[in-house]
Amino acid sequence: MTTAIQLTPQDTIERALKLAAAEGAQGCVVLVAETSSANLRWANNTLTTNGAMRGSSVTVIATVGAGEGTAAGVVGRSSATDASLGEIVSAAVAAARESGPAEDARPLVDGTVGPGWDDEADETDVSVYESFAPALGEALTRAGKESRWLYGFADHGVTTLYVGSSAGLRLRQTLKRGYVTANGKSSDLSQSAWVGAATRDFTDIDPLAIDAELTRRLSWATRTVSVEAGRHPTVLTPAAVADLMTHMYRKLDGREAHEGRSVFSKPAGGSRIGEALSPQPVRFWSDPMLGGLETFPFVAAQSSGGSQSVFDNGLTLTATDWIRGGKLENLMQSRFTAELTGAPAVTPAIGNYALSVDGATGSVDDLVAGLDHGLLVTCLWYIRIVDPQTLLLTGLTRDGVYLVENGEVTGAVNNFRFNESPVDILARFTKAGATVPSFSREWGDEFSRTATPPLLVPDYNMSSVSQAN
Amino acid sequence: MPDVDASFLALPRHELADAALQRAKDLGATYAEFRLERIRSESISLRDSVLESAYDDEDLGLAVRVIHDGTWGFAAGVALTTDEAVRVAEQAVNLAQVSRPINTEPIELADEPIYDDVTWVSSYEIDPLSLSRAEKVALLTDYSDRLLNADGVTHVTVQVSSVNECKFYANSEGTSTTQQRVRIGPALQATAVDPETGRFDSMRTLAPPAGRGWEYLTGTGWNWDEELAQLPGWLAEKMAAPSVEAGRYDVVVDPSNLWLTIHESIGHATELDHALGYEANYAGTSFATIDKLNSLTYGSPIMHVTGDRTAENGLSTVGYDDEGVAGQQWDLVKDGILVGYQLDRRMAEVNKDVLGTNRSNGCAYADSAGHVPIQRMANISLQPAADGPSTEELISRVQNGIYIVGDKSWSIDMQRYNFQFTGQRFYKITDGKLDGQLRDVAYQATTTDFWGSMEAVGGPATYVLGGALNCGKAQPPQSGAVSHGCPSALFRDVRILNTTQEAGR
Repeated sequence: MTTAIQLTPQDTIERALKLAAAEGAQGCVVLVAETSSANLRWANNTLTTNGAMRGSSVTVIATVGAGEGTAAGVVGRSSATDASLGEIVSAAVAAARESGPAEDARPLVDGTVGPGWDDEADETDVSVYESFAPALGEALTRAGKESRWLYGFADHGVTTLYVGSSAGLRLRQTLKRGYVTANGKSSDLSQSAWVGAATRDFTDIDPLAIDAELTRRLSWATRTVSVEAGRHPTVLTPAAVADLMTHMYRKLDGREAHEGRSVFSKPAGGSRIGEALSPQPVRFWSDPMLGGLETFPFVAAQSSGGSQSVFDNGLTLTATDWIRGGKLENLMQSRFTAELTGAPAVTPAIGNYALSVDGATGSVDDLVAGLDHGLLVTCLWYIRIVDPQTLLLTGLTRDGVYLVENGEVTGAVNNFRFNESPVDILARFTKAGATVPSFSREWGDEFSRTATPPLLVPDYNMSSVSQAN
Repeated sequence: MPDVDASFLALPRHELADAALQRAKDLGATYAEFRLERIRSESISLRDSVLESAYDDEDLGLAVRVIHDGTWGFAAGVALTTDEAVRVAEQAVNLAQVSRPINTEPIELADEPIYDDVTWVSSYEIDPLSLSRAEKVALLTDYSDRLLNADGVTHVTVQVSSVNECKFYANSEGTSTTQQRVRIGPALQATAVDPETGRFDSMRTLAPPAGRGWEYLTGTGWNWDEELAQLPGWLAEKMAAPSVEAGRYDVVVDPSNLWLTIHESIGHATELDHALGYEANYAGTSFATIDKLNSLTYGSPIMHVTGDRTAENGLSTVGYDDEGVAGQQWDLVKDGILVGYQLDRRMAEVNKDVLGTNRSNGCAYADSAGHVPIQRMANISLQPAADGPSTEELISRVQNGIYIVGDKSWSIDMQRYNFQFTGQRFYKITDGKLDGQLRDVAYQATTTDFWGSMEAVGGPATYVLGGALNCGKAQPPQSGAVSHGCPSALFRDVRILNTTQEAGR
């Protein structure tokens, strides 16, 4: 059989740009992502699945003149060879010619050759677990001997992204990401605890320490207490706060707000930019250079929407305050939507966020120590939007709800379904701790670059009791 | 029925499989399987009748899974060369070796007959990806215009996802299968914004995603003309509707809403990997544990729920699963009692004494070549009563209640007990008749209480196959498409919440 030649990312981009020009494209942007990952999954104290994957994707965005405007055609493929690249580019140009003028059309972003452009893609493989896997095996054995059940997942991945355009842009950036989430249960499965953490390379993750923390939390359940549904003073851990705030982050769409269909819309029209959302000095921001949570420092968009545009690919991302001093400062805007809505700045989506309260210090334990009577919630689950008008979310507590009495954890409590809005929580919380790297239980696998503080909410709405444990 | 795409058949399926399986065998694997998958997809979105985004994608790759020294190993790659197939096989064996210290249960698989080079194609007429984009956008613009030009509609969004999935599978036992499936998911949503109060609300079309082709968008299987004509009026009525009074009501649930409740409270709860704890760290476990098989009262005696890998136009319908097991139908809940689970070959073998069978029912599936097969949901459906009533007859049995139509928000706890759902439209029922729409409605219940309160199910004429394209499961996360059929059904004394009050307003 004839063997097609795999191209390097740089060759893919240079050849695609030439092919697009030859096809008559007005402009072209090419994104190449080289990915690799390796994972381990365990349950009932034994391995259940594992995997090592290598992937490659090419996205060609071709632009052509369309009447008095410009149209874009976007085609993605899992990899490109010397034989297939022409077909991909042709398909993108043809798609552009079949589309009408794009509302968001803007001149392609200018640029030069960025650092490391000629470098090969970075890679990971199963060797990242060389010390982790044996230690995990030891933890599983120990748990079995001590009548605990362990369940968990470890994942490590590396993405190297190359972006090139007919406007001269040549950018390369590598992102490493890894995380572990672990669940421990008592021998009768009646009690459950969870620990999750993000990492870059697993050298800072100790499975035996994770098991020890799970064991400590399970020990809090020596006393179990039934608590009725209702509005309770509740300490949310940073992980639980991230569970909620990720939803708020995703609703920072400037165009939706401008059109009157968002929690950030003003009733009389336009957005709530400039309005106080919290009486506290809350800051909610993104920054591609955020220490430990670095993300791509430029726009990499495969589709256009309210908060991004394919025409903005390569646009430099800078630190952006969404909320500052409790006041809504910015919403997500592409160049097109910023102009459309009269936004103060072009502020596209960024792949991380941090929530902080000026002057807040201390940990979860400190907030617990200051609480006379209430609940400590360690993580949340199955969170969905009930009402977009208020950004009311529903979801559940899981794997660790505890009773706090006189500043101490005194027992484990049943789980609850909650109905709450993260926007309302910012308006109501009474105490906050220091902001720390956090890992959302529900969304961390998809959006792991978050930093949040613990919060005390005086009247968290536990709508009903859940029997799950 | 269409044939498997010739360009997929032209790929070196057997050569790659032979190279990978032989290498795995040479390295000591006692079992190996190979997949070559090509997933072509297109996503088109319009905003206020203007094309906002269109993305044409193709994911093509290969995967090898082995059992080596009693331990799984899985690896995947993208280059379609025999060298890459061999490299991926070696990596899978390597991963099994690294994982061996963590594995305490040697992997054994249930037997399955051998299927030698068989082919299967799903039921559809027109591959959406074979049509020009201009033709598709023109139709969607027309549909969008119909809504946008109606009184009271401020914004309209359209999203259509289309997929053509080709898969070749071969294992070391001698089975090899080639399959092609097509599916499509259209949704049009109209939004109304009240400029005086700032209140906004939306309403979406109810056409479920389906294992059909583009013909679905032009009238086969769904009446678009009728729904698009009615939707603006429904939205206007909802904007003017009174807020519901929270309390307990009898409810008649339309299939357009009930499918999602089935998915969450029965579909996931009867996945044996949930019940065994494999998903405990992620989506959770299940209250329907295996010790309760044939004894758990799941719901009322009229409750009959089936698993089905063979339903025509089903999103989870296949000829063979990703372990080479042929598609089947079976009971999960019969006469209100838990009687079955969804299985893969390993779970069937390990639990054969309790299950009373050692055959998998074909529920192993990976969403792409880049992912390992996991125990995945079949089409899980509530069966209608053979001579059951119409929806109108069900409504006529309610004095003070609510008729719920269309799905919207959904959430259930990690053992599948406590759930909360909303919908697209809620009609007050007074003395057996619809009495105008309500708003701010959610229903909340415990799974067995809810199904135990089911007093009647509708007849076959009320049965609709709903479903979702994006059911999430497993770590790393995988997205699955699955259908759920059901009739209308009547439930007594269900808790209804007012979502505005829940928000503290």
